[in-house]
Amino acid sequence: MTVLSFFNYWAVIVLMMIGYYCVIVRGNMIKKIIGLGIFQTSVFILFISAGKVIGGSTPVLRDGVSVYSNPLPHVLILTAIVVGIATTALALALTVRIREAFGSIDDDVIDAAQQDDEGR
Amino acid sequence: MNITEIMPFIVLIPLLAGPVCVLLPGRGLPWLLATISASAAFILAALTLGSVFEGETLRYAFGDWPPPIGIEYRVDAANAFVALLITGVAAILLPWAKPLVDEEIPERQGSFYALFLIALAGLLGITLTGDVFNVFVFLEISSLATYGLIAHGKDRRALLAAFRYLIMGTVGATFLLIGIAFIYILTGSLNMVDLAERLPALGDSRALQVGLGFIVVGLAIKLALFPLHHWLPNAYTYAPTLITTFLAATATKVALYVMLRFIFDVFGPQYSFTALPLAAVFMALAIAGMFAGSWMAIFQRNIKRMLAYSSVAQVGYMVLGVSLLSLAGLTAAFLHLFNHGLMKAALFASVGLIAYQAGSLRIDDLRGIGRQMPWTLTAFALAGVSLIGVPPTAGFISKWYLIGAAVEADQLWLVALILITSLMALIYIARIVEVAWLQPRPDDAPAVHEASWLLLLPVWILVAANFYFGLDTRLTVGAASAAAQALTGGALEGLLP
Repeated sequence: MTVLSFFNYWAVIVLMMIGYYCVIVRGNMIKKIIGLGIFQTSVFILFISAGKVIGGSTPVLRDGVSVYSNPLPHVLILTAIVVGIATTALALALTVRIREAFGSIDDDVIDAAQQDDEGR
Repeated sequence: MNITEIMPFIVLIPLLAGPVCVLLPGRGLPWLLATISASAAFILAALTLGSVFEGETLRYAFGDWPPPIGIEYRVDAANAFVALLITGVAAILLPWAKPLVDEEIPERQGSFYALFLIALAGLLGITLTGDVFNVFVFLEISSLATYGLIAHGKDRRALLAAFRYLIMGTVGATFLLIGIAFIYILTGSLNMVDLAERLPALGDSRALQVGLGFIVVGLAIKLALFPLHHWLPNAYTYAPTLITTFLAATATKVALYVMLRFIFDVFGPQYSFTALPLAAVFMALAIAGMFAGSWMAIFQRNIKRMLAYSSVAQVGYMVLGVSLLSLAGLTAAFLHLFNHGLMKAALFASVGLIAYQAGSLRIDDLRGIGRQMPWTLTAFALAGVSLIGVPPTAGFISKWYLIGAAVEADQLWLVALILITSLMALIYIARIVEVAWLQPRPDDAPAVHEASWLLLLPVWILVAANFYFGLDTRLTVGAASAAAQALTGGALEGLLP
């Protein structure tokens, strides 16, 4: 058990932090959405990599194979991917509408426009 | 057909009616279908609560796959109580909101009502399911529909509110998914009952602590627990009236319920409160939320935003009840969950009528409006009395039980804090009453007429419910204590330090 034997978890953590940082720090809405996508994908990898059984084959019944990888995480993540795509699509649609209404997709510019709205 | 086989239809009716709604043309038919399906779900939820009131548990396995392999719906008093609140609010609000929706969303109402039904189905699914991954899926179904609904607001800031809620909500839901990943990797199970049996055998580990932490934080975002409440004021302020009223009465309550389900049922209180200092954290955040929310509410210039900040404060009361770690505290939390749904529905509904008739939500524009819309403003004031917690209202009953729980836990200082924040609620409600009744209507202000009795009636039904449940507490207190019992199984004794 070395540090490398957990390398899938290291990959997940690195991706997760990149995505999360991007969501928090970036003012551009498209970049926020990209960050959110990376963040969600890291969790998908966490699930899927946990389903691997060392020495196990693909989970298809056939002769001569007794150890299978766990197929359930894949099925779960298939659902989660659909949810993730729906979220991204909705976020992009909202961004288009925000661009039409405010003329910008940058947080600072929009906040300034919002201040004007409050004044009215 | 017995009640166990009927119970899943509480979720299935709105879920199936939603896509049909998209296809219906015009303004009448989608609304009619939404109203009928919400009412049908309400009747089924009432029947279900009736049959689990004495402590039974209904279990329905989908597709006859026995749990823990298959997905099951598992209903006891706790979730039946929450389901009754959600469906009840939807069934009262939908018939009421027709003219308001016609004004705010003139076109493509089919898709609007479809989104509403899907959000309703999602909230009910979270409530009834006994499978943790199913919780995540339904949470995202209801959240995605909610973002779309908020974006329907007339103000362009509604789009921004929806986008920011989407970012925070998705981060919250993904946190929940990370937490579920941790417990799934540790146990290989997703069924709540099965998890509750397997988790204690694992003993304490850092992975389990992290999983619990992610789940609690993720749901705290959905719950708008201070300081994770930033999405709430804008979302509530700019959403269409029907959506604000519905969400304020239900969405945060469902998040609280499912958080309690995880803490008390899946992890078990013995583990949750010893592995992480949840009780202390909840108490600190609840008190901070009670004060910050009430304080912000006092200074708002928009009446809807004022009520939204008040919701942040009220979430604090519920979480405070949980943090006391006693059956009485949990009962108070469930009681306030239900009663707060009633009072916020009445308050936001009367504010919706003001917006519909007067066309403005700025408190400055409401000067002297009480004499022009006496019935609406009286309903607002009476629901406000319930929010403050004056007897004989539902709000008084929740505060009474909360104070009782604080006294029982020997935390008398909490009683003082509850009373101070109630006085702050008195300030912001009295401010509206003062502006609306005591200040003269400016000469240049547009003439405003009272709303029609068809619009007033449902609001007054909600106000009457606030008073009815302040006098006759058999249903609310009975169901709340049954819910607290069902959640803990009486396993809280000896936990207090």
